[in-house]
Amino acid sequence: MLKIADKVFKSRLFTGTGKFSSSSLMEDALLASESELVTVALKRVDLKNNNDENILFRLKHPKINLLPNTSGVRTAREAIFAAQLAREALETNWIKLEIHPDPKYLMPDPIETLKATEELAKLGFIVLPYIHADPVLCKRLEDAGTAAVMPLGSPIGSNKGLRTIDFLEIIISQSNVPVIIDAGIGSPSDAAKAMELGADAVLVNTAIAVSGTPVAMAMAFKMAVEAGRIAFEARLAPLSTHARASSPLTAFLDE
Amino acid sequence: MNKFSDLFHTLSWEETKSSIYSKTASDVELALSNQNRTLEDFKALISPAAALYLEQMAGLSQQLTTKRFGKVIQLYVPLYLSNECNNICTYCGFSYDNQVRRKTLSAVEIMQEVAVIKKMGYEHILLVTGEANQTVHVDYFKKVLALIRPHFSQISMEVQPLDLEQYQQLIPYGLNTVLVYQETYHREDYKKHHPKGKKSNFDYRLDTPDRLGQAGIHKIGLGVLIGLEDWRADSFFTALHLNYLEKRYWQSKYSISFPRLRPFSGGLEPKVVMSDRELLQLICAYRLFNGEVELSLSTRESPTFRNHVMKLGITAMSAGSKTNPGGYAVEPESLEQFEISDERSPQEIAKVIKEQGYEPVWKDWDNNLTI
Repeated sequence: MLKIADKVFKSRLFTGTGKFSSSSLMEDALLASESELVTVALKRVDLKNNNDENILFRLKHPKINLLPNTSGVRTAREAIFAAQLAREALETNWIKLEIHPDPKYLMPDPIETLKATEELAKLGFIVLPYIHADPVLCKRLEDAGTAAVMPLGSPIGSNKGLRTIDFLEIIISQSNVPVIIDAGIGSPSDAAKAMELGADAVLVNTAIAVSGTPVAMAMAFKMAVEAGRIAFEARLAPLSTHARASSPLTAFLDE
Repeated sequence: MNKFSDLFHTLSWEETKSSIYSKTASDVELALSNQNRTLEDFKALISPAAALYLEQMAGLSQQLTTKRFGKVIQLYVPLYLSNECNNICTYCGFSYDNQVRRKTLSAVEIMQEVAVIKKMGYEHILLVTGEANQTVHVDYFKKVLALIRPHFSQISMEVQPLDLEQYQQLIPYGLNTVLVYQETYHREDYKKHHPKGKKSNFDYRLDTPDRLGQAGIHKIGLGVLIGLEDWRADSFFTALHLNYLEKRYWQSKYSISFPRLRPFSGGLEPKVVMSDRELLQLICAYRLFNGEVELSLSTRESPTFRNHVMKLGITAMSAGSKTNPGGYAVEPESLEQFEISDERSPQEIAKVIKEQGYEPVWKDWDNNLTI
């Protein structure tokens, strides 16, 4: 089972709360996904009004752990402040670090992210940073005390799948912390592929929220993640492009 | 090139306009089939030739908007702080030469207005003024921002253009977004509509978004007042401006509005009338050109139009707006800047948004995130 910091997860599908057409549909989809870690943007949370339109109200389920994120901040300093705010308001020291000073493509800033991770880890936070699929940055984050790494598969919200696959494979092969593929996963087959590669978990939001039937799509992702994980553990049969009938180069040894 | 005016001055209005009007059906089809659309594609999409492709444009626009923003509509409301103005603008109810009682809200009055706005459910407020630098100046703005910051999670401003240093001073007070509409990019026509006051300086206004970008503001709003000049040429220059700013000030977000000239007391007749069909064409063209820009639709538009268009590219709407200082609580009967068209309450609009299968979003920023 997957363990991050001191928490054990049965489900390897993490989810998000944005872009749904209503908060009740979001709730139904998240429950159908059986996700146990759900990220929520601090900027969307209304800490003053806790009515049924409030995202937090819809996330009050025993299995769901909240993962507040810092979306909207542009620097390490702002991210650290936001994390402290989240810890106080939501009573969790888990934080998904999202520092994207570029609001168009939402590309994560590696320098600010590393700085913030160092600082937050010292302050006792469980840090899950959203980053490029950069193997060296992943090792540096490990040194800084990160709880996991969250490299992107392709630009966030693009649904383009695992375009960074070569780098994800390197990251997975050398990581000492859980690897969660975060952005760009567009279909259950992408999620299954990520799990087959050996990712510890995936985080999916847009592909569920914006699909034709979010509840059904959430179930499809749940099954795909499970299938991909089982396949990884069962060891895939090796790839081959042609049948191996004879051994023309070495057959002479048996003659 | 250090400011937009340097680029702008290399282009001719007339040549730009004729190149838009000469776009053909095959230019439109090329623009529709490309995934990464250029400014030339944008010209094709706003051209008369694209009118026949509106259904297809609406479908693509809806798809792109949903992918980026999800099925949500952000809600905001304007708060008019003052109608004092030293500018003469031929189309505006607050024009210096218009005989109306002038008023600038005091701190007590602002809080009375805020109380009503908060009851409506708003978290995002847009502060609006005319241009009266002797009373409505940077110090006044600082006081207002400090006063209302505890009550709103997002504060936008639509006031006179300011200097770089002044924007830098206001941002720490919680200023998140500044809207500054060029009104028209037609220099001669601009002069005709703004004969007196600081606003008559075309270039100072034109380079205001550069100053905002340099100040590091979170969001910059662009637009023209549709009806003053040929809307296709004006919209092309808006798109050009957006394109220029995005590449230069890559840490800022952008939004575009497309206000159509509305009647007001003693008002100006539009020179060019834009139909609903054409406004939808423009909205879709902006979305097809830029998947990330926010597109905002105000209460100037009719309920029917707003009900349908909210699903076709729009990301933000106002509702229950008053366009007179004191309009919510202090002096509801005073003279408006313009008459609104959609008079439904914020709660009614929220209900309509839900009926369309979208979620009304009141809060999408937190002032605490800026330090």
